[in-house]
Amino acid sequence: MLQRLGFIPGRLLQAIPIVFGLTIIVFSLSKLIPGDAAVAMLGERAGPDALDALREKLGLDRPAIEQYFLYIGRLLRGDLGDSLMYHVPVIDVLPNALPVTLSLVLYAVLLALIISIPLAALAASRPNGVRDLVVRGYTLVAQGMPQMWVGIMLMLLLSLQFPLFPIGRYGSGLENIRNLFLPALTLAIALTPTLIRSLRQSMITVLEADYVATARSKGSAGFPLFRDHIVRNAILPTVSVVGVHLSYIVGGSIVVERVFNLPGIGQLMVQAILNRDFPLMQAVTLTVGLLVIVVGIVTDVVYSLLDPRVAAGRAKA
Amino acid sequence: MSVVSVIVRGKAPSKARPRTRQLRPWYQNPPLVAGLIVTGLLVLIAVFAPFIAPHDPLAQDLLNARQGPSPEHWFGTDSLGRDIASRLIWGAQVNLRIGFLAVLIPFVFGTIVGAIAGYFGGWFDIVIMRIVDIFYALPFYVIVIALVFALGSGEASIYLAIAMVSWTAYATIVRGEVIVAKQLDYVRAARLGGLPKWRILVRHIGPNVMSQVIVYAMSDVVMNILAVVTLGYLGLGITPPTPEWGSMIVEGQTFITTNWLMATIPGLAVVVASLGLSWLGDGLSDLLNPDRRK
Amino acid sequence: MAGENLLEIEDLSIGIKRGGRQVRIAEDVNLTVGVGERVGLVGESGAGKSMVLRAIAGLLPRGVEVLSGAIRYDGKNLLDLRPSQRLRLMGPEIAMVFQEPMTALNPLMRVGEQIAEASIRYKGMSRRAALARAVELMSYVGIPDPKTRATAFPHELSGGLRQRVMIAMAISLKPRLLLCDEPTTALDVTVQHQVLRLLEEMCDEVGAALLFVTHDLAVINQTCRRLAVMYAGHVIETGTTEQVLHDPRHPYTRGLLESAPDFDRPERLLAAIPGSAPNLADRQPGCAFAPRCRDAVESCFAGEPTLHATIDGRQTACFRADELFQKVNA
Repeated sequence: MLQRLGFIPGRLLQAIPIVFGLTIIVFSLSKLIPGDAAVAMLGERAGPDALDALREKLGLDRPAIEQYFLYIGRLLRGDLGDSLMYHVPVIDVLPNALPVTLSLVLYAVLLALIISIPLAALAASRPNGVRDLVVRGYTLVAQGMPQMWVGIMLMLLLSLQFPLFPIGRYGSGLENIRNLFLPALTLAIALTPTLIRSLRQSMITVLEADYVATARSKGSAGFPLFRDHIVRNAILPTVSVVGVHLSYIVGGSIVVERVFNLPGIGQLMVQAILNRDFPLMQAVTLTVGLLVIVVGIVTDVVYSLLDPRVAAGRAKA
Repeated sequence: MSVVSVIVRGKAPSKARPRTRQLRPWYQNPPLVAGLIVTGLLVLIAVFAPFIAPHDPLAQDLLNARQGPSPEHWFGTDSLGRDIASRLIWGAQVNLRIGFLAVLIPFVFGTIVGAIAGYFGGWFDIVIMRIVDIFYALPFYVIVIALVFALGSGEASIYLAIAMVSWTAYATIVRGEVIVAKQLDYVRAARLGGLPKWRILVRHIGPNVMSQVIVYAMSDVVMNILAVVTLGYLGLGITPPTPEWGSMIVEGQTFITTNWLMATIPGLAVVVASLGLSWLGDGLSDLLNPDRRK
Repeated sequence: MAGENLLEIEDLSIGIKRGGRQVRIAEDVNLTVGVGERVGLVGESGAGKSMVLRAIAGLLPRGVEVLSGAIRYDGKNLLDLRPSQRLRLMGPEIAMVFQEPMTALNPLMRVGEQIAEASIRYKGMSRRAALARAVELMSYVGIPDPKTRATAFPHELSGGLRQRVMIAMAISLKPRLLLCDEPTTALDVTVQHQVLRLLEEMCDEVGAALLFVTHDLAVINQTCRRLAVMYAGHVIETGTTEQVLHDPRHPYTRGLLESAPDFDRPERLLAAIPGSAPNLADRQPGCAFAPRCRDAVESCFAGEPTLHATIDGRQTACFRADELFQKVNA
C-alpha cells in the first residue's frame, strides 16, 4: 500500500512553483493597493523622519523585484509582519482563526455528502423519471441561490422563528456541532448542486456496469449491493470533483463567516481588507492559497488510497 | 468542402455530418422557452426600469422609513425611507448589466489563449497551464475581493477583478475542445488539403468549440451576478446609494427581526434571475449540442 | 430426455424500445435443459442469445423486457415470481458466468471478498469462514497460491485467472443451473481450453446443468451434448451436437459449417454466407434468413417458418428442410 503513495514527493515538487506563483500574486496585490504603506501603518500625522525610517526598514524605496525577495526572505523566516489592526504579529492572529474555518469546511463537506448521496441515488435509480426531474430541479434552483441569502433564510427559520440553533457563537469541542450547524449547512447547500450532478452521473454509469450484473446474479441486492458495489465505485470520481471545488468552498466560507459572525479566516480577511491591514491581508490570502493546495494534495492521496488501480508514481488522475 | 464531407467519419461535430437524431425545434425545448421568457422579462424590467419603477430609488423619506408593504410601497421602505420595490427594479439593471458585461473580457481573452495553447501546444501551452494552476489555488472570492479592494470600488474594478480570475475557465475549456478537435479526421483532411493553420482554427474547429463555450458563458453570467451580489453584501464593489441587490440584502439582515422581507426579496430576485439564465443555458446546450444531451 | 426438465423456455419473446418502437430481439424461443444436461446456444453476435440468458437470470438491461412467453424453472414460471422470490434463486439455484471478466468483477473489491459474498448472504457464514471457503474454492478451480491471490484486486490477475474467479463465484453455492455467456471468448486460445475443461469438471462435480452461449462452434462441440442455433432472434434448429454439426437441417447451420475451416481438409475453399444479418428493427415478412439463402424459393419470403419436427425427430425452422436434406442423405 505504501508504494501507492509513492507519487507524493512528485506532487509536492510540482506544488512548489505553484506556491511561488502564489506568493508573487499576493505580493503584487499589495503593490496594487493605492497609498503609501508607511503612511497606512503609522498614520497620516506621523513625522516625515519616522515615515522615511519605516520606508527604509520595509524597503519600500527599493525596486519591486528586490522587495519581492525581501518579502520571500521574511516569509521563510516565519516573519509575516505585524497586523495593523491588532498590533501583534500576524503569526499570533492566524492560529485562532484557522481552526474555525477548518471545522466549518469539514462539517460542510460532511453535510453536503449526507444530503447529496441519497438524492443522487434517488435520481440515478430511474433517470429522467419523476424523482430524477425533481432532484435536478432542486440542483437548478440551489445553484442560483446566493450563499449569504441562504444563510439569512436559514437563520430566519431555524434560529429566529424557531430557536433551534444559535448564531455567532463559537465555543469549543462538541458544542460547536450545534453552533456551526447553520453556517455549515449554508455552505453545504452551495456544494450540493455540483456534488449531486457528479454523483448521479457516476451512479448511472455504475448501475449499468457489468460487475453490478454479476453481483445481482449472485443474489446481491438492497443495501449490501448499494454499499459494496455502487457507492464505493460511484464515489471515486466525486472525490476528484470535491477536490477541485474545495477552493470554491473555502472562498464561500468567507461570506458565510461574515453572515454568521464567526471568528474564522474569512472574517479576518474581510476585516483586514476593510481596515487596510496589508500584512494581515497578505498573510491570510497566502494561507488560504496554501490551504487549497494542501487540500488538493490530500484529495489526491485519498483518491489513490481508495482506488487500488492507481499505480505508484502515477500523477494525478 | 466536398472533399472534406467525403472523408468525414467518426465523431465529427454538428455541421459536418447528418444528424442521427431529430433536432428538436426551439419551441419544443422547455428549458429554452422558459429561460427565454424569464430572462427576457428580467431584461425588459432592467431596460425599462425608469418607466416601471413607481418611485425614485434614491429618494429618501426618513419619516416613512422601515415601513412594511403597502399599496404605496409594494415591498415597504428601507431604513432611509426609499422604496424597496423601485430599488429592486433599478437593481436589476445594475446586477444584470454587470453580470453580462463581465463575461466579455474573460470570454475573449480566455478563448484566444486557450485556442492557441490547445492548437499549437509547445512551451506556450505548458506555461499557460501552470498559470492556470496557480489561479485555481486561490479561491475566486479571495482574489476578487482583494482586487476590488485594491482597485477601488466601482463598476470598472469589478469588471477587471472578475476578468483577471474567470479567464482561466474559458481557456481550459477551449484548450480541451481544440485538442480533441485537432485529432478529428476532417480537420486532418483540411490540413492535408493545404489549409493554413489559422484558417483551420477559425473556420473549422471554431464553430464547434464555440457552442460549448457559449453554454459555459451562460453559467458564468450567473456566477458573475452572484459575485456582484456577494461583493455588494460585503460592502465592496457597487457602493450605496446605487441600488444593488447585494447591498440591499446586507441592509435587510440588520432588520431581519422586524421586517424580514427586506432581506428576502432581493435574494429571491437573484434566484429568479439565475434560474432563468440557467434554463436558457440548458436550452442553448440542447440546441447547440444535441448529441451531448444528458 | 431423462427425468423432468430443469429449465423450460416456452415461446419467449424479448423486445427493446428503440426510437419509440418495439424491436423484437428474440422471438418465440423454445428451449429445454434437463437436469445435469449441457446445452449450447449458438449464433452470431446480435442473434439474441445473451438476452435469453439475461432474461432467465432476471438481469435484462434497462429498456429491454420480456414481451411474452414463460421461463419455467423446476416447473415454476420465473416471470410470475415476485422480484424478491426470484432473487432468492440467484446464487443457490441459478448462477451466471459473464463474458468479460475485467468488467464483470468489481475493480475496487478484493477477489476473495467477491467470492465470499454469496456465502455470507445465503449461508449466513461469518466473514472469516466465508473467506476461508473462498480460498478453498479458488484452489478448487485451479488458481495457484490461492491464499495470497484472494487478497488481490481484479486488475492484478490475468484474464484466465479472472475467469476462474468468476467460475468460483458462480459455483460457490452449488447451483443446479449454470448460465454461461461466452465465458471464453475474451480469453487466449490456450487458456480457453483450460477454462472449458474446468467448467465441465465443475458441472460434473456439482451436478449442475449448463446453458452455454457462444458463437464458436468448436467450443460447443467440445462441451455440449445438445445445441440450439439462433438466427435473428429465432431458434432455427435444435438437436444433439453430433447430429447438428455433422448433418445440419437448416441452410443457415449448413452455411456456418461450410464457412468454418476444416483442418482435415485444408484445401477446401471457405464458403462465406453472402450478405449480412438483418437489421432487427427492419423486419421483412417471411423467413429471416431467406435473403441470404441459396435454396430460398418464393414461398420462403411469404410466411415465417417456425420450429417443427423433421422426419427423423429433430427440429428445424425451414420450410424446405425435408426436401433439401432428405435429398442429401438419400
